[in-house]
Amino acid sequence: MSTKHSLAAAEFLKDSGKALWHDQTLWMVRQKRDRMSRSLPEWEQLRDAACALKMYSNSHLAELLTEFEANAIKNGATVHWANDAQEYRETVLKILKDHGVKLFIKSKSMLAEECALNPFLEGNGIETVESDLGERIVQLMHVKPSHIVLPAVHIKREEIGRLFEKEMGTEPGNCDPTYLTHAARKNLRQIFKKADAAMTGANFAVASTGEVVVCTNEGNADIGTSLHRLQIAAFGLEKIVPDLDSLGVFTRLLARSGTGQPSTTYTTHYSRPQKGGEFHIIIVDNGRSRILAEKDHVRTLNCLRCGACMNTCPVYRRSGGYSYTYFIPGPIGINLSMLKNPEKYYDNVSACSLCMSCSNVCPAKVDLGEQIYLWRQALDGLGKADRMKKFISDSMEIVMEHPVLFNTAVKAAPLVDALPRPMIYSKLNAWGEGREMPQFAKESFNSLWKKGKVK
Amino acid sequence: MVTDNSRLNKMKIGLFIPCYVNAVYPQVGVASYRLLRHLGLDVDYPADQTCCGQPMANAGFEDSARELAEDLDDKFAGYDYVVGPSASCAVFIKDHYPALLKNKSHRCHTEEKVYDICGFIHDIVRPASLDASFPHKVSIHNSCHGVRLLGLSSPSERNIPYYNKLRNLLSLVRDIEIVEPERHDECCGFGGMFSIEEDAVSVAMGRSKIQRHMDTGAEYITGADSSCLMHQEGIIRREHLPIKTIHIVEILAGGLQDDSIHLTGSLPRTADKRFKGNQQI
Repeated sequence: MSTKHSLAAAEFLKDSGKALWHDQTLWMVRQKRDRMSRSLPEWEQLRDAACALKMYSNSHLAELLTEFEANAIKNGATVHWANDAQEYRETVLKILKDHGVKLFIKSKSMLAEECALNPFLEGNGIETVESDLGERIVQLMHVKPSHIVLPAVHIKREEIGRLFEKEMGTEPGNCDPTYLTHAARKNLRQIFKKADAAMTGANFAVASTGEVVVCTNEGNADIGTSLHRLQIAAFGLEKIVPDLDSLGVFTRLLARSGTGQPSTTYTTHYSRPQKGGEFHIIIVDNGRSRILAEKDHVRTLNCLRCGACMNTCPVYRRSGGYSYTYFIPGPIGINLSMLKNPEKYYDNVSACSLCMSCSNVCPAKVDLGEQIYLWRQALDGLGKADRMKKFISDSMEIVMEHPVLFNTAVKAAPLVDALPRPMIYSKLNAWGEGREMPQFAKESFNSLWKKGKVK
Repeated sequence: MVTDNSRLNKMKIGLFIPCYVNAVYPQVGVASYRLLRHLGLDVDYPADQTCCGQPMANAGFEDSARELAEDLDDKFAGYDYVVGPSASCAVFIKDHYPALLKNKSHRCHTEEKVYDICGFIHDIVRPASLDASFPHKVSIHNSCHGVRLLGLSSPSERNIPYYNKLRNLLSLVRDIEIVEPERHDECCGFGGMFSIEEDAVSVAMGRSKIQRHMDTGAEYITGADSSCLMHQEGIIRREHLPIKTIHIVEILAGGLQDDSIHLTGSLPRTADKRFKGNQQI
């Protein structure tokens, strides 16, 4: 009885020192988030408001998105619509080709990850450089982000020191974070200058103003977009918010939830192209509008991509982002992967003890744990239920539906204690791998009651 | 009498005993019965109970839980309250039975009557005192479903004032020292079949949970869910750790025990001999 997740998690946990460090690092972020959330007496009302606003926005997409488009055009931007990942990639490529771009700098965007933009552009001869430090690290290492907000959270500073030594010629053995950050800055500055165009994702798109809002800490998105006259911003269509008042609800929640900061260092509103430049905005669906029809799962569209559910998830913290088979890990990743393709991603559904911490931490009240429970119910119908689990469940059903069988089984159970250890603690017994078996009582409650011993 | 129960005197309480308590921890069931009786309530046990269906449903097989839900719901139809020593099972009935039984011609009987015994005593019975004494340091295990689904304490994620019904109840016990571990409501990693499907993560979670309980210097881990305690006990026994588990009801019913019944298997699970309260009822 195992899934791709459980096997990868077991592997991750073999390096117990690193696993402990991973857990503690993310728990620190959760604690920072707790302190920040408690500094606002209106925190729970903000969550309610965020949820209500998202439910409103996502059920009024047509009018809000067209309002956004009209305002963005009025601001001088060019608006593109992409139905799926391919249209999104091709739109970006066409804009870049039309302007003869060879070197392209982009800030962090989970949408770009979702649509595999970088390999596509590289395949079409456009060198694409990530400007967010964490993203740059994983790009140079040729690995994927393991967290949606902290993409390199699984990598230790010593590894980054060795990487920068190779890639940027830093001092051997120096893994001081400030030193390495300065080295990365110097290195990226050159690329910023040489690049021909810049791209960002978006945290929010404001319908009433046609603005795209990008929240970052390093200022890398802003350098890119300031230096280059050709700018692209792309967002998934659920990023739309009605107006600036509602935006305020989300910006108050986002950084506090995600990284435990009162706000991100930079919250940039992009509306107009630079003088003589072009500003292209791409609105992407890629399966999102289909989620609107899934009434049990529609609240996944509330997600702000803050990462709080990952930081709080006891399973994510102890198994790492790579143990999930979808590019977004953790509770929201489990749900989004099942909405994307359940037959491909069902292995992630095991990665949940149903502790419901995620549902309580989420700033937009996505019912993450409740939805994972529902996905588990769907696995059998998809033919993806674990056979051993189903067998155990069926056997339990038969025994539990017949009190006589239950009572007989319980009566016989203490005999198990008399069996030789190797028979009980075999490879087939996952419980016994790290735990002693529960010891059955000599007499069950049912039996004690019948004999009048309960008094 | 320790409390004025005139308002509850005419109420019929059906004792709900979950499967694993029935089979592994019957002493928790006995303590529950004695405690409720001690509080002056009319308690009965609908015989031959088995399981509420949660293990199957959480694993993804709600259909296997449906008939059990029907049986359990029928068994308790005539009671005013359904009370059991398990937060997780109680809330499964509360949250999932209405949907599981939606095709029945009548409304689900148990949904609004079911209580975890701690929530029931705390919110409904509201005793001013208990006759128990437990001269030990205990670390509260705030189990996930108790905290986040039943509201037995304030979830650490939420910005709401701190409260803890288990702590309030334990505060009625004499000579006890009550603490909570760091990360006081982080999951212990039981999670039903999660514990065997994701056994590596489950055991890792259990280990760190137990370590945090031990770091408080407590002699006992106590909580409202025997399932979480069973998982932790399995690790404690495997690794010979210097801490014990005890269901909160066993502490609250301290002194009501009948020593002539040997309820446990070969290893002692209940508290040691110092665990006594005064016998007056």
